[in-house]
Amino acid sequence: MKLYLKIWRQKDASSAGKIVDYTLDGVEGDMSFLEMLDILNEELISKGEEPVEFDHDCREGICGTCSLQINGEPHGPDRLVTTCQLHMRKFNDGDTIVIEPFRAKAFPVIKDLIVDRSAFDRIQQAGGYISVNTSGNTVDANCIPINKHDADEAMDAATCIGCGACVAACKNASAMLFTSAKVSQFALLPQGRVEAVERVQNMVRQMDLEGFGNCTNTGACEVECPKGISLTNIARMNREYLSATLKG
Amino acid sequence: MDSKIPSGPLADKWTKHKNDINLVNPANKRNIDVIVVGTGLAGGAAAATLAELGYNVKTFCYQDSPRRAHSIAAQGGINAAKNYQGDGDSNYRLFYDTIKGGDYRSREANVYRLAEVSGNIIDQCVAQGVPFAREYGGMLDNRSFGGVLVSRTFYAKGQTGQQLLLGAYSAMNRQINRGKIQAYNRHEMMDLVLVDGKARGIIARDLVSGEIERHSAHAVVLATGGYGNVFFLSTNAMGSNVMAAWRAHRKGAFFANPCFTQIHPTCIPVSGEHQSKLTLMSESLRNDGRIWVPKKMEDAVAIREGKLKPTQLAEEDRDYYLERRYPAFGNLVPRDVASRAAKERCDAGFGVNKTGEAVYLDFASAIKRYGKEKALTSGLKNPDEATIIKLGEEVIEAKYGNLFQMYEKIVDENPYKTPMMIYPAVHYTMGGLWVDYNLQTTIPGCYAAGEANFSDHGANRLGASALMQGLADGYFVLPYTIGDYLSHDIRTGKIPTDSAAFDEAEKQVRDRMEKLMGGSGIHSVDYYHKKLGKIMWNKCGMARNAKELEEAVKEISDLRKDFWENVKVPGTIDSKNQELEKAGRVADFLELGELFAKDALHRNESCGGHFREEYQTEEGEALRDDKNFKYVAAWEFAGEPKDAKLHKEDLVYENIELKTRSYK
Repeated sequence: MKLYLKIWRQKDASSAGKIVDYTLDGVEGDMSFLEMLDILNEELISKGEEPVEFDHDCREGICGTCSLQINGEPHGPDRLVTTCQLHMRKFNDGDTIVIEPFRAKAFPVIKDLIVDRSAFDRIQQAGGYISVNTSGNTVDANCIPINKHDADEAMDAATCIGCGACVAACKNASAMLFTSAKVSQFALLPQGRVEAVERVQNMVRQMDLEGFGNCTNTGACEVECPKGISLTNIARMNREYLSATLKG
Repeated sequence: MDSKIPSGPLADKWTKHKNDINLVNPANKRNIDVIVVGTGLAGGAAAATLAELGYNVKTFCYQDSPRRAHSIAAQGGINAAKNYQGDGDSNYRLFYDTIKGGDYRSREANVYRLAEVSGNIIDQCVAQGVPFAREYGGMLDNRSFGGVLVSRTFYAKGQTGQQLLLGAYSAMNRQINRGKIQAYNRHEMMDLVLVDGKARGIIARDLVSGEIERHSAHAVVLATGGYGNVFFLSTNAMGSNVMAAWRAHRKGAFFANPCFTQIHPTCIPVSGEHQSKLTLMSESLRNDGRIWVPKKMEDAVAIREGKLKPTQLAEEDRDYYLERRYPAFGNLVPRDVASRAAKERCDAGFGVNKTGEAVYLDFASAIKRYGKEKALTSGLKNPDEATIIKLGEEVIEAKYGNLFQMYEKIVDENPYKTPMMIYPAVHYTMGGLWVDYNLQTTIPGCYAAGEANFSDHGANRLGASALMQGLADGYFVLPYTIGDYLSHDIRTGKIPTDSAAFDEAEKQVRDRMEKLMGGSGIHSVDYYHKKLGKIMWNKCGMARNAKELEEAVKEISDLRKDFWENVKVPGTIDSKNQELEKAGRVADFLELGELFAKDALHRNESCGGHFREEYQTEEGEALRDDKNFKYVAAWEFAGEPKDAKLHKEDLVYENIELKTRSYK
């Protein structure tokens, strides 16, 4: 199929960017979206132009490196997939596809379609852990039984890949879904309860410091999340936060 | 080769060694710097633990965050000899299975230590909040993996690697927050710096600004993963590369058993020339999936032409070839055996997709079995067929839902309704930097952990053992053994970066990049990478022979020459430049590939993942030669890969009797 691509090009963080038009022929349905961009880049390189830079790594939907706002949607039109797992069979011959970086104040553009998501790391550094050293003397793993339902729910929250689609989808560029996924995972496990009060306060404080917006419960994040992280996590984080505030 | 294996009985070696080695007191640890390159399971775990102990740690990764390291893609699980299932598991049994699975080409003492610390890994991860799968009673659940007769694999759905990596990442984050780890993300190690023969730092490139940086430390840990991407198509991440290990090799670290590569039997088949990477379908699927091809050639042809559907084929017309050939282990034979068996059937003309390179992985009988069980436990007396299938599909979805979804997105077929198509693909490299018992390479102060070293998996790795080894090295081995070395550095003080050694290393890095940019500009980096991959897959893949390996050595050498003359790298050195990043990595693959072929050529036997067509039994099984090849081949760099000098570390088996591996 033949595609008309409108791609955001930006030299570096301090330069202005713009949309540039490209026409690409010979795209097949079995190609992934990123393989389509690979082909475009091969063409650009052979013409002596600079290829379009985009973030990607595992190309199997788990590392969270790939991003892209495709026709206005993070990770494109398909549900529950990252861009690397989006296949061109979802598009038709003659389609125009607009490809932009994830847009948020807290995700500055580095080059072309690459954004800086280190704000997410800093939120995790503020409290996304359980303070336990590697000693070899921790209690036996089966010492504390954990209700299967709680363990499964913790796992569902923990599957967040930190891609930032939730932020890109949100009209407020809020990172509540991302932050709440980690808060929830630990809130649901006995090991995480010990530091629950400090964790939620520190992580929310960092989230605000990074310049992410507030949550107004539109639910766009949940719809666009490639891993199906549930809004319930935001509700749970709000409850954790409230109870932490009451406990002081 | 001095592997520094402690004396004494096997089970006491690690404890004795820990008691014997030198320690660094807490006050002195604060004056010692350690660089950790790579932040996957091994590197992330090592960095966190070293920082907890009090060392000043700098981490480096090419990804934008440590959480993205490719350990994250590991699906199925992590082994540990906990014996929670009461099925007779023990440290010894895990040790035995691993040595046997590795086809008797790994070190007894290292593997026993791995088994010994495996239980602790699970305890540690649970304490960190890793949400492993649990049973209704609240206890941890287990499943079974290939090459073993017990259930010792712990898992978190089909995302075990992700959860363990996020555990290590969280431990790192705690130390970053305390200021004990400085994380340099989007940074690539360009070279290792040696001062007076010791590893004392690295030259790194900031991948955003293009800036070249000098970083010094008292020791350097390389936890940079495997080199499967030398094949271009593999299940590795696009950025996975051999650069750090290869740079160390060029500076004097021996490279061990490069030809020991794991070709994983259950990957999604190649769909076309545009393909950039391959996707694994977890080995855990072989717990419930049955592998087959049609029994009759005419059925295989009809299926390939789209005239027949696999679900239309009667049970008696299917060849469940693993169950037929290996009744004791069936679909759960080790990976090398399963891969070769798939290749054998496809080469014989029974492949089931357009290219003839695919076999079926079928869940129909598991769906029925689980459906019946679920109907009974749900109190349904006489459920109809449709209800049973519906219930069974729900059970399968709970177990493998994410894998089934991934398959459907890629292949555009529903694997609940029609069998999956799978084919072997490059997945893991058992070879790597040679290390002694302390995980130190042949360069003093340079350590290698996880997939980057060679030590534990011999010629074939068992499923769910990579996560175990990465975390064992990172959490429980390296942070202690490195102390013995660092105890001699308590009076050294900070290592300056303005020395001649750093000047020279930085100059070499700059020269090399300029040379890459200065090619005549005919072909892109990918053009060369794909060509290299084709040579590797066709001549150094699942079956190898002397003639083709000789050709491979020559072809790779020629391709490398062509690359340096004609590669085209757009952009500039001093800015973000993904093509330049790729070019540096492919340049090293073009050297490693040649050594790989040379190693495969010299090893005149078949063992594990290394199958030489000249050395096989009448039934087509691998034929080992313990008399002549019971050693680790450690290669010393000597200018060109083909001139590398061979050093042998004889493998001594005091606790296990060498046998022909049988899974029948």
